[in-house]
Amino acid sequence: MPIASKDVKWVSTPKMGLGDLLYFPAVFSGMATTLKHVIQPKVTEQYPEQEPNLPANYRGVHRLNRDEAGRVKCVACYMCSTACPAHCIDIVAAPSPWTDREKYPETFVIDELRCIYCGMCEEACPVDAIELTSLYDLTGLSREQMLFDKEKLLSVFDMTTKESPKKDPIRTRAGKLGVASEALKNS
Amino acid sequence: MSAIWEQYSALIVIGVVMGGVLTAVAYLVLLERWISAWMQDRIGPNRVGPMGLLQPLADGIKMFLKEDIVPEHVDRVFYFLAPGVAAATALLAIAVVPFGATVPLPAPLADLAAYNQAWQLYHQQVATDRCVIAPGIDIGFLFTFAVTSLAVYGIILGGWSSNNKYSMIGALRSSAQLISYEIPLGLAALSVVLVAGSLNLETIVGDQVAHGWNIWTQPLAFLLFLIGAFAECNRLPFDLPEAEQELVGGYHTEYSSMKFGLFFLGEYTHMITTSLMVSVLFLGGWDLPGVTGGTGWLAWGLKLAVLMAKLGFFILLYMVIRWTIPRFRFDQLMHLAWKLMIPLATANVMMVAVVREFGWSRWAMLAGSAGLVAVWAVFEVINGNRAINMPVRNKVGREPVGV
Repeated sequence: MPIASKDVKWVSTPKMGLGDLLYFPAVFSGMATTLKHVIQPKVTEQYPEQEPNLPANYRGVHRLNRDEAGRVKCVACYMCSTACPAHCIDIVAAPSPWTDREKYPETFVIDELRCIYCGMCEEACPVDAIELTSLYDLTGLSREQMLFDKEKLLSVFDMTTKESPKKDPIRTRAGKLGVASEALKNS
Repeated sequence: MSAIWEQYSALIVIGVVMGGVLTAVAYLVLLERWISAWMQDRIGPNRVGPMGLLQPLADGIKMFLKEDIVPEHVDRVFYFLAPGVAAATALLAIAVVPFGATVPLPAPLADLAAYNQAWQLYHQQVATDRCVIAPGIDIGFLFTFAVTSLAVYGIILGGWSSNNKYSMIGALRSSAQLISYEIPLGLAALSVVLVAGSLNLETIVGDQVAHGWNIWTQPLAFLLFLIGAFAECNRLPFDLPEAEQELVGGYHTEYSSMKFGLFFLGEYTHMITTSLMVSVLFLGGWDLPGVTGGTGWLAWGLKLAVLMAKLGFFILLYMVIRWTIPRFRFDQLMHLAWKLMIPLATANVMMVAVVREFGWSRWAMLAGSAGLVAVWAVFEVINGNRAINMPVRNKVGREPVGV
């Protein structure tokens, strides 16, 4: 369809002052702006030396939380692996050696390469056992190394709580706990 | 003895200048990257060596080690010739440009014996403190112009032989630009030549030492020359030959490795040459009233330092301007050259010629420059602010979803 003439409006270039017409005043004011930026504070983060200041709810590497006794909090209910859109969580459940729960995870493996870091596992977990930390610099030399097993995930918990408490994600401290955790707490 | 020493000193000076220029070019690239980073609130290269000072070395090694790709569709002879022409002309142009203390040629005298004696004295002085590769060249300034004009061959050959539409467009733009801007550049320099009465750059410096810098008496010529020099160097805002956003890389799109490096070298050497030319023609070369003067090694070093400071100032100006002004559109580029700078430069030369003819004070040229700028301003106010009307389509229907 051709453009109807009523749909066309005419605009004209803005009127220039004498400073713009003679080029040089405009050039000098532009140079004042650029030179001001030369002495302004810089925004660059010197990465390996200077760690980025990530928000507390950043979704990085997972961890498996421990309870007060230092046992794995997970009850192997498979809620997280069911919720996971990337199917990266692999759990093998076994009868719990402890009396306060029926099952515990015999193995708990997350494929960190497959994970899309959406945080659905964290939301699904009824006992707040799985959580995403603000660790972002995960690397490995092979695909196998990026399969994080139970021990590795528990060590991430130790790392983020004991060794550098600053990395403890905000979700464990603030906000409501999961349904089962609340029930357990109130009982 | 003296003649032999003069030859050896020439060789030494050539070695020092070539080494110095090539090193300076490497560090100019680093400086350019630093300044662009600072202006964009970044830090810039700081990883290689202390404060990133070894970055040029790394860049150089990278240039040499990169894969040298020669596309199948190029015209091989000219394709290989072009970067050489670009680098060689840029380096040749430095031959007559003084980079430190200079001695003006002896003025013509009526008495032959006195004249010969003056020449002998001149040769003695030049043999000890020479800061020009080829001192005493009477066409000095014309030589620089001729050789820098040849640089356009490097660009055109590169663009043509690459057999690529973007390279070709870049090269064509470059030829139009360089030819257009050489006219005001030459006319602006001509007004200096009229005042000094010589094309020899050492004599021009000597004239300014005696009578004050040309920038005070001819500010308009200085500005015209500076703008012309920017255009000759293909620096922003005149970098149409290699406009990245529209031409991929312009004339050097198809070049890789050290062949690209040579184009780069030519461009930065050009910057050094033109900065030196501006300093020599308009800022009195090594002269800084009250500071320089006298003889001996200390005075020699001081003169060198003064000229290097002026050179550094103009190089910094190049870089600041680069990140300040956006690129001209092609019609704006041609408008600036043909409708503005060439008339102004012509009028300026005529004004200087009139002042010289009637033997008025040099300060009359300052008044003349101011008058010309006033005429330009009046002309712009009357004629230049014509609004351009453009059709814009009215918004039809609703905004697209998701905006």
